[in-house]
Amino acid sequence: MKPAPFNYYAPTTTDEVCTLLSDLGDEAKVLAGGQSLVPMLNLRLARFEALVDLGRVEALRRVEVTGDRLTLGAMVRQCDVEERDDIGAAVPLLAAATPLIGHFQIRSRGTVGGSIAHADPAAEYPAVALALDAELEIAGGSGTRTVAARDFFLGTWDTVLEPDEILASVTFPRWGSGSGFAVEEVARRHGDFAIAGAAVGVRVQQGKIEQATIALFGMGPTPLRATEAEQSLVGLEASSVDAKAIGALAVATMDPSEDLHASSQLRRRIGATVVSRALGRAIQEAGVA
Amino acid sequence: MPDISISLIINGENHSATVEPRKTLADFLREDCRLTGTHLGCEHGVCGACTVILDDRAVRSCLVFAVQADGADVTTVEGLAPVGSLNPVQKAFEAEHGLQCGFCTPGFVVSATALLQRNPNPTENEIREGLSGNLCRCTGYQGILRAVRSAADAMTENA
Repeated sequence: MKPAPFNYYAPTTTDEVCTLLSDLGDEAKVLAGGQSLVPMLNLRLARFEALVDLGRVEALRRVEVTGDRLTLGAMVRQCDVEERDDIGAAVPLLAAATPLIGHFQIRSRGTVGGSIAHADPAAEYPAVALALDAELEIAGGSGTRTVAARDFFLGTWDTVLEPDEILASVTFPRWGSGSGFAVEEVARRHGDFAIAGAAVGVRVQQGKIEQATIALFGMGPTPLRATEAEQSLVGLEASSVDAKAIGALAVATMDPSEDLHASSQLRRRIGATVVSRALGRAIQEAGVA
Repeated sequence: MPDISISLIINGENHSATVEPRKTLADFLREDCRLTGTHLGCEHGVCGACTVILDDRAVRSCLVFAVQADGADVTTVEGLAPVGSLNPVQKAFEAEHGLQCGFCTPGFVVSATALLQRNPNPTENEIREGLSGNLCRCTGYQGILRAVRSAADAMTENA
């Protein structure tokens, strides 16, 4: 099918974007990479009076790596995350997650900010942002504000973004030496949305786990942190972690919905499995066999 | 709904046009440029039949609006080789029986060409992964996989 008619705007600065969004109100929608929005427009599941394309805003494509953080402009494309060694070296969890997003033709267009702002509960990047306690810089008509990833997601496709605001950039903290990361997911076919997945990071010092993060996706209306499982890991000998038990603990209080791909019970079992697999790989990557 | 003027390079030639914002790049190529080699299957980014190369990257042309491609460089299946000849991937599809009805073929050929440009010597898994975004209902994929393998080998030998 073909999308319903709309007016098209292609501003070149973030200020212009915000002014346009303020003027147009909630009849307007922001277009980033378009890999989720355009299918919805083509199927006429969504229609808007106007699209404001972020594709010509140079400032939204910045990549900034410092000693302790990585900042990606919202319009940095997923293929760039995949191919740029400096991004993967700074935040290995992003490098682990990116090849799992759609197909390479989708990653040619899909963006970091678009994926996070779209907030699909089964998507990889929202879980990565949550796992790493990323800071999301939001630009709007009344100025700029910063929101922690844990406060950003409200529900399926729903975030704290106001109609006149955009996600401008995402800042990921870098973990130090001795850390390891992995993303595991189960999907019916490669490139499909995951039934459930997990993004895991551990930092190991002198054989003991000093820091751990576990975020699940596909397990609820937003990505979810498994806080209790994380806490139970801290202080453990990395070589003797019972990954299976941690996986079970991670999903113990989660109540995922069912759909034609999986019942709630199957989702929880898959959730436990992907956590234990990702944890095993993260510990291995941290340098503990 | 004001139309918008765009100009872009398609298969090495300059094209200028005025388009409705809602027109996808795929429809623009087929209807306005009469480049009907780009096929439209699902029109929502699943089947891959409409794959083209946009600024050196393979994309779904049904998920890009023509207005977004203003200033871009586009290669369609018609532009992969000079008229009357075939590129190595196309030759291999012919030799290895990589197509039957041919509907999905432009998407596969463009995807495989882009894949081999970035990764000239892919593993079997990388080929399967690279083709996983394209659907074929006839061949059972084995001929397509053989074709991409043989194109990769031929291109490596000639490199």
